[in-house]
Amino acid sequence: MSTAADNRRKAPAGERVADWADGRLGIYSLAKANMRKIFPDHWSFMLGEVCLYSFVIIIMTGVYLTLFFHPSMTEVTYHGSYVPLQGMKMSEAFASTMHISFDVRGGLLIRQIHHWAALIFVAAMLVHMMRVFFTGAFRKPREVNWLFGFLLLVLGMFTGFTGYSLPDDLLSGTGVRFMEGAILSIPIIGTYVSMFLFGGEFPGADFVPRFFSIHVLLLPGIMLGLLVAHLILVFYHKHTQFPGPGRTNKNVVGMPLLPVYMAKAGGFFFLVFGLIAALAGLASINPIWAMGPYRPDQVSTGAQPDWYMGFSEGLIRVMPGWEINVAGHTLVLGVLIPLIIFPLVLAAIAVYPFIESWVTGDKREHHLLDRPRNAPTRTAFGVAWLTWYLVLLVGGGNDLWATHFHLSINTITWFVRIAFFVGPVVAFVATRRICLGLQRRDKDKVLHGRESGIIKRLPHGEFVEVHEPLSQEQLHTLTAHEQPKPLELEPEVDENGVARKAGAGQRLRVKLSKGFYGEGTHIPKATAEEYQEITSGHGHH
Amino acid sequence: MSSQDIPEETLPSKQGEHEGAVAAAGDPFADPGIPPHEPRIQDIDERAARRSERVVAFLFVLSMLATVGFIAAYVSLPVDKNIFVFPIGHISALNFSLGLTLGVALFCIGAGAVHWARTLMSDVEVADDRHPIEAAPEVKAKVMADFAAGAEESGFGRRKLIRNTMFGALALVPLSGVVLLRDLGPLPGTKLRKTAWSEGKMLINQNTQLPLRPEDIQVGSLTFAMPEGLKEEDEDFQKQIAKAALMIVRLRPENIKDKRELDWSADGIVAFSKICTHVGCPISLYEQQTHHVLCPCHQSTFDLSDGGRVIFGPAGHALPQLRIKVNDKGYLEAMGDFAEPVGPAFWERG
Repeated sequence: MSTAADNRRKAPAGERVADWADGRLGIYSLAKANMRKIFPDHWSFMLGEVCLYSFVIIIMTGVYLTLFFHPSMTEVTYHGSYVPLQGMKMSEAFASTMHISFDVRGGLLIRQIHHWAALIFVAAMLVHMMRVFFTGAFRKPREVNWLFGFLLLVLGMFTGFTGYSLPDDLLSGTGVRFMEGAILSIPIIGTYVSMFLFGGEFPGADFVPRFFSIHVLLLPGIMLGLLVAHLILVFYHKHTQFPGPGRTNKNVVGMPLLPVYMAKAGGFFFLVFGLIAALAGLASINPIWAMGPYRPDQVSTGAQPDWYMGFSEGLIRVMPGWEINVAGHTLVLGVLIPLIIFPLVLAAIAVYPFIESWVTGDKREHHLLDRPRNAPTRTAFGVAWLTWYLVLLVGGGNDLWATHFHLSINTITWFVRIAFFVGPVVAFVATRRICLGLQRRDKDKVLHGRESGIIKRLPHGEFVEVHEPLSQEQLHTLTAHEQPKPLELEPEVDENGVARKAGAGQRLRVKLSKGFYGEGTHIPKATAEEYQEITSGHGHH
Repeated sequence: MSSQDIPEETLPSKQGEHEGAVAAAGDPFADPGIPPHEPRIQDIDERAARRSERVVAFLFVLSMLATVGFIAAYVSLPVDKNIFVFPIGHISALNFSLGLTLGVALFCIGAGAVHWARTLMSDVEVADDRHPIEAAPEVKAKVMADFAAGAEESGFGRRKLIRNTMFGALALVPLSGVVLLRDLGPLPGTKLRKTAWSEGKMLINQNTQLPLRPEDIQVGSLTFAMPEGLKEEDEDFQKQIAKAALMIVRLRPENIKDKRELDWSADGIVAFSKICTHVGCPISLYEQQTHHVLCPCHQSTFDLSDGGRVIFGPAGHALPQLRIKVNDKGYLEAMGDFAEPVGPAFWERG
């Protein structure tokens, strides 16, 4: 019998492995800080996880696809098993994508998982970004992480674009042609950039291999770095949380990483992967066999980019065709202006956190989230931006809107041209009013309680609805938010009687601050005095 | 379930007092602290917990079965078999089975893990303290002092010659990388101004690959043509057709509003570049009543009876027209290249 004695002398195998690793990697100190790290629970916190998991899925399926895909534009004749295209001339890129789709068992599934996951990845990033935006999670100390996330979104869009251009099918080739046309519009260097990118005249024989290395190496490499940095910062800053009982700016309330969060988050990876796999089994995406290989003189109707490029498509479609010819040179404003507005639309949302922190002059750390209604100006700005984005998406699909809803394409184009300017303003004003309405409702609930749905008849015949007072937890949650005061200009004369003039920057800042937090931008929240007055006088009215 | 079966000490009222549930006196809005833990049915009833356990195990087993199904489908189903699945239609049997089994195998692992976490793992909320991100003043002072010492020891500020030449060297060295990009492609030159068309080249019907005669083209029809001598097998076919693609329609001469267009036509047959002047999509939709053509990519609309003028959409200038005539053998032929660059505008276009 050796067991009892041996166990005392020898640690279990797992522990010995851990000891070995600790002696070399220091894992115990790492685990001490992180194994029981607390994660707050809120459904919206899973949006970032969807991004992370779809990225992992894209990497895994992408590696598989590279085993079969030939990034070459050498012309070959198709002899694969898809009969309608047999004998056709096509690039090796297209032929190998056909091979993956029809001759590699499971190849179509992996290709479709890859493409679906890419669409979901970008969508999840946008929605995750909106969650962070509308709850004010981007505030100090998380501004840098906001920028990392923003860069991931932009790089994700371009990785997607270079990816769906690789099969060299009729639709993607048309997208690349559009890109070439846009590049040509750049003043002075446009033709040079185009020649250098395509290795000569469009389409040439170089863009697929070049896009391939950008798509599988350059952009994902940068994204992987940003993603790791993003996650390290999430760990370092700890998660934000919504205000509520026991939740303060100085703590984080939730459940520990081991076991609850690990099971939930780890399980969620499988949920996301499972759903995307089932989707890829049921719903076809980018059926290149139906479109055929690319030829620059052919096109299909209803040509659409993947959804995340739709707003740039909208810009290019609704822009009037302005061209200025001066001294033997052409300024192609009709294409150049959309090309310039494209990054500006994205930048508008990216810089907002910095504008807000400058306007408020707030240098504190914020770990408690805002409910969107309690930051009406921010919420209104976000909705205005989304409106802008959606208007452009409509513009990008103006042909589909026209055919599906039997509308005139010219009318839709004019609608988008006007809504591009008017839509965000209307959305801003309307959203701010809705936020104020919701604030009023919260105040009413705090002071008068919850509508119980019970009707009481008073002795003199009047019917009233019984309001139930809120619990202290609810009262605290509804009144925990801050209501910032607008900045004031310092007096023109300081305490020593010396005149000082506020600079233009300071005046702008005060003006913006009034617009953000001044009169009419919030409903003053209920005070304890108001509450006590009403509750103590309950019997009297 | 009756409460008699549940051990006394696991009932809510018997559990330890909850954390920090003391409200600040007098302030109705004060933070009452983390609310007391509400036990789940699985916390107090072992039978419910066992039911949860069975659900989790069932999901994991289902996942195993689905993986077996995946392998079975991979091995047994031919790659080219199609099946009808309502309401999707005819789809690849293999792709459908692999996607569904893989989906179920993965989803069940996730569902099992999440159900386990939600019903059986502790759901007691605990609070962790945050620590300020900013370093304490003494830490900052130490770092500043260290940096000053390091900078001083390097002599970076004092020995300006070293500093300036180093900046110079570092600024210049990336130039090598920039220079290396030169051979990515040729210089533009006049490449974008010339197409495969030249005087005397016949117009070849793209569908039949035969030279076009005027009588082949009916009023109201739209014909696509390419220059004589260009073959689909040619190595540079894609590059050439990207500029040379031609669109031919026949109008009644009295319907042609533009004088130059009439001069450049032959028997009412006009030839325009098929490449949109917006960003270069091939134009392919022709409305015979109005003589308008529409680019399906961005909906630029051109009037082929009026010099290819833009009448709607984002294109900035008219479609270039190719001057054609009927040669002595009765075929249509070009009288030269396009007079202006085809396709999208660019800086040097003028």
